Amino acid sequence: MKMRFVDEFRNPELIRKTLDEIERIIEPNDHFRIMEACGGHTYSIFHFGLQELLPKNIEFIHGPGCPVCVLPPGRVDEGLEIASKNSDVIFTAFGDVMRVPGKKGSPLNYKAMGTDVRMIYSPLDALNIAMKNPDKKVILFAIGFETTAPSTAITVLKAKEMDIDNFFVYSNHVKIVPVLKSILDQPNMRIDGFIGPGHASVIIGAHPYEIIAKEYKKPVVISGFEPLDLLQSILMLIKQLKNGESKVEIQYKRVVMEEGNVSALEIMNQVFEDRPAFEWRGLGAIQNSALKLRPEFAKWDAEVQFNVEKITIEENKDAQCGEVLKGMLKPNQCKLFGKVCTPDNPVGALMVSSEGACATYYNHLYSTMSL
Amino acid sequence: MCLAIPGKIIELLDDNLAMIDVSGVRRKVNISLIKHENVNVNDWVLIHVGFAMNKISEEQAKEQLQLLAEIGEEQEALAEVKGYQFE
Repeated sequence: MKMRFVDEFRNPELIRKTLDEIERIIEPNDHFRIMEACGGHTYSIFHFGLQELLPKNIEFIHGPGCPVCVLPPGRVDEGLEIASKNSDVIFTAFGDVMRVPGKKGSPLNYKAMGTDVRMIYSPLDALNIAMKNPDKKVILFAIGFETTAPSTAITVLKAKEMDIDNFFVYSNHVKIVPVLKSILDQPNMRIDGFIGPGHASVIIGAHPYEIIAKEYKKPVVISGFEPLDLLQSILMLIKQLKNGESKVEIQYKRVVMEEGNVSALEIMNQVFEDRPAFEWRGLGAIQNSALKLRPEFAKWDAEVQFNVEKITIEENKDAQCGEVLKGMLKPNQCKLFGKVCTPDNPVGALMVSSEGACATYYNHLYSTMSL
Repeated sequence: MCLAIPGKIIELLDDNLAMIDVSGVRRKVNISLIKHENVNVNDWVLIHVGFAMNKISEEQAKEQLQLLAEIGEEQEALAEVKGYQFE
């Protein structure tokens, strides 16, 4: 990894002051394990080499906030099987999903074998494809945390308003707070505080994290993505930890409002409801952790309108995605890392997305790490 | 995936759409999620998967653009905006 110097950053004086303050209040016997929940934060921490700037007794645990990384194996296959068995079905998904390995291959592999698979940038693109192909059925493989779910919700409302009956959502939308709780509930898990996701929190605001702060007594600081944002958030967390506090604070105030985006939340709740449970890669089933369409939108729900064959995939038993997702192993401690599992030939989804912890490790550390 | 792209509203259109400029690239995005915020031409917004998520300051927009450039994701962000195909 390229060593970074403080004066290479913007605001070097503020960065230096923040680092000095962290070093002033942390004591040699402290050891803080801080989970950054969002894949975008993991990426920034590595890209800017923040771990190298911070005292050694602050340890980052890379969290579950990369939507394709936490998809259970089998989920992509289920969607693709519908499309490959029905010649009138078009499967649409964001670029991140295209290379997720499934039982018989990724969406790109299916495309090569003749299934109509199309990459989209917006849920509205999928609706547009449906409108332009009235003799086809278009499935949107919807994915993402609360950041993205409201956009899918509006697209469903638009389909309803325009009475488009060949557009179907295969929802894999997930929620951030239930998965953080589930990680804290794991045996032998020690996390001292969370860097809360910046953009999911634009939608949900600060309140949903209160349960983490009040019941689990873990501080949460919602953070921006700049080096200075992340360092300030760490300082805020460490101040709370040293004072024995556990509050939800927003460092990213210039973007995140305490109450979130109230309109977006209303629209999301109008269209979606909680699933009783949803399977997460490496974490098992987590209650109320994912969203499905409400019964009144069943007409646009792929899981209702198609006979979805439940596909369970045995994960490669040497792959340790679960341990990495739970923060029990660093990516490079997995048996397959960099040998069998690489960004060009990913075994697990953590290696697929540029925001996945394994791909981030691989891309930023590969050159200097002994494999 | 959780990329958020700053853009400037240059025209308000029908059907909850607005024409947005992102570093010279112009595309339509949906503004339904921020309608309660009294959206005007020249406002800056954060865009995610074709939707404006919230209004931001011009200063924040510039910081965000610079961050995308620094982490090498500026081209990916522009490719996303160029990719929006809806009307």
